[in-house]
Amino acid sequence: MSDVALQAVGLVRRIEGAVSHTLVNGIDLSVNKGEFLAITGPSGSGKSSLLYLLGLLDAPSAGEVIICGQPTSKLSEDDRANVRLTKCGFVFQFHFLLPEFTSLENVLLPMRAAGRMGEKEMHARGLELLASLGLEDHAHRRPNQLSGGQRQRVAIARALSNRPEIIVADEPTGALDTTSTEQVFSILREIADSGRTVVVVTHDPALAARADRRLHIVDGKIAQTFEGRASAPEPAVAAAAAPTQA
Amino acid sequence: MAANLILNIAWTHVTTRVRQTLVGMAGVAMGVGFTIMMAGLMQGSQIDFLRQLVDTMPHVTVQDERRTAPVQPADQEYGAVQMSNVANINSRPGIKYPESVMASLRSWIPGDVAPSVKTTAIVDHGGRIGITLVGIDPRQEVKVSKLPSQMREGQISDLLRAPNGIIIGQALAEKLAVKTGDTVSLIGGQGTQVSAAIVGIFRSGLKRVDEGQIYALISTAQVMMGQSGIINELRLRLNDPVSADVIARRVEAQTGYKSVSWQEANSDLLSSFAVRDFIVLTVMGAMLLTSSFATYNIISTITNEKRQDIAIMKSLGMREVSVRRIFIIEAAIIGVVGMLVGWIIGYALCYGWSKITIYNTLTGTTVPISIYYSPLQYIIAGGISLLCCTGAAFFPARKATRVHPVEIIRGAS
Repeated sequence: MSDVALQAVGLVRRIEGAVSHTLVNGIDLSVNKGEFLAITGPSGSGKSSLLYLLGLLDAPSAGEVIICGQPTSKLSEDDRANVRLTKCGFVFQFHFLLPEFTSLENVLLPMRAAGRMGEKEMHARGLELLASLGLEDHAHRRPNQLSGGQRQRVAIARALSNRPEIIVADEPTGALDTTSTEQVFSILREIADSGRTVVVVTHDPALAARADRRLHIVDGKIAQTFEGRASAPEPAVAAAAAPTQA
Repeated sequence: MAANLILNIAWTHVTTRVRQTLVGMAGVAMGVGFTIMMAGLMQGSQIDFLRQLVDTMPHVTVQDERRTAPVQPADQEYGAVQMSNVANINSRPGIKYPESVMASLRSWIPGDVAPSVKTTAIVDHGGRIGITLVGIDPRQEVKVSKLPSQMREGQISDLLRAPNGIIIGQALAEKLAVKTGDTVSLIGGQGTQVSAAIVGIFRSGLKRVDEGQIYALISTAQVMMGQSGIINELRLRLNDPVSADVIARRVEAQTGYKSVSWQEANSDLLSSFAVRDFIVLTVMGAMLLTSSFATYNIISTITNEKRQDIAIMKSLGMREVSVRRIFIIEAAIIGVVGMLVGWIIGYALCYGWSKITIYNTLTGTTVPISIYYSPLQYIIAGGISLLCCTGAAFFPARKATRVHPVEIIRGAS
C-alpha cells in the first residue's frame, strides 16, 4: 500500500480571458501520509490556488490530482464533492461557520451530509472532537458567542469530523492573535503527528518552520523546498506558546 | 445527502429570519385567503343565480317541433337534387299521443314529466299586454315545477275550482293593478276571448317570467289556442339538473321531438358565465402569482445573504442540488404555513361576507350574500400558491448555488 496521500502531477491552473493568467504553472508534488506540508510564498504567488486544486475545490486546467491513489481529473462535480466530503477536511482563514448553528451543529454538518453514522454516534463524536480542542463548554454556543481562536478551533473540529485523510488549511491563523495562532498550529501539528496529512498555506515563515516540509512558491512554481522541521520556532511564536485564555 | 440535514438547515434559516419569513408568509396567506374569498363569492353568486334559474323552468322541455325540416315526399320518392319554396308537411301542431310518450319517458327518466300547452295571448285590462299562457295540469305540475313554492297568493290547485282561472306573476299583477279574485280578459291568437278569474299570484324571481307568464288549466289554454286536445309541450323535472343535457339528447332520440335542456335554453347566459369564470380565474391566478413574488424576493435576499454559507457547504462536500433544495424547502415552508394561514383568512372572509345582506333585485328581498364553500377552492388555491412559491424560489436558489465556492472564499478572505 502506497504511503502517498496526495499527489499532484503537472498541475496547471490558468484563468482564460482577455488577458490570460497562469496561477499554478506545472507543479509536481507528492505528500505522504502523516506529513505536515507548509506552502509559503508572496501574495499572488499561487499558493492558495494550489491548495484549492489539491483540495478539489477548484479544477485544474491541466494535470492531475491524485487523492489516496484515486485520480480525480475525470470525476464529475458530484463525485469531487463526495471526495471532499469523505477524504478532505478544510480550514480557511476565516472560520466560515454557519452563524445560525451552534458549535456542535457546525461540527455535525459534514457527518450529517455524509450520512455514515447514526445521530447518537455523530453527537458523541462531535462532542469528543470539541472536547479534544478544549471546547467542551462551548458546544451549544453559536459562533458569535465565541472568540476568534475558539471559532477557528470549531472549524478544525468540523474539518476532522468525517475522519478525513487530508486536512487542507488556507492561512488558518491569518485572522488570529498570536496566542490563538500558536494553539491552532499546535493542533495542526498534533493532527499530523496522529497520522493524518496536513497541507497548510501560510505567510508566516516561523510557523511554516514547524512543518515537516516547506514549499516556497513563486509565480505559480515551486521555487524552493525545505525538508525537515526547523530547529526552533521564532521568538514571537515561542512567546505566544504560553497557555492563555483563547 | 441526509434529508434531515437539508430540512434542518432550511428550518433554521426560516426560524432565524423571523421578519422576512413572516412577510413572506403574509404575502402567501393574503394571496390564498383573497383567492378563496373571490372563488367563494363568485361561485356562490353564480350557483345561486343558476339555482333560481333552474327552479323557475323545466329541466328539459319537449316541444312539438323538429330541429330540422322533415324529409319531403319528393325527396323520398325521387331523390330530388334541389327543392325550393316547399311547404312543410306535418302541419298539425302538438305532440302525438302525449300520454303514451309520457308513460314511456316515466319508465326511465330519473325524475318526472308533465304535459302543458304553451301559447301566446293578450291580457286586456284597461290596456293590452302580450303574455305567454301556459296550460298546466295542477296535479301533475307539482311534480315538475317549483310553482307551488312560488305562490304568493292562492294555491296552484285553485285553478281547478274556478272556470277559466289563472295564476299571474306578481309583476304583471302590479302592472295591471289587479289582485286575487279580479277578472281580466284574455284574447287568444284565433280571436277567442275569455273572461279569466285571477285565483293566485306567483313570484319566480325572474322578471321576464313574473311580467310575462300566466298559468291556466290545459283546457283553457287549448281554447285560447283554438286546438282542442292539443299538448304541445312536455316538461321534465330531473333529480339531477346537471344531467339535463344528456337526458334531453336521449329524449329527442326517442321521441323525435325537439328536446331542450335548461343548459341549451340558457346557453348564452352560460357562455357568459364561462367568460366570467375565465376572468375570475385570471384575476385569482394573478393574485397568487403576485404573492409568489414576495417569496421570490425573500428567497433572493436569503440566498444573497447566504452566498458565503453556500460556498462553505459546497466546499465541505455538499452537492449543488442538495444546497439548492435547502432554499426550495425554505420557500415550501413559507408556502405551506402561508397557505394554512391563507385558508383560515379565506374562510374568515367568506364567513364575514356571508353575514352581509344585500337587496336582491330578482327576488325583491334582502338576502345574505351567497357564498359557496368547497374544499376544492382551498386545495386549488393552496396548491397553486405552493407551486408558485417553490417555483419562485427555484431560480434564485439555482443562481446562488451555481457560484463557485472558491470565488466566495477568496472574496471573503
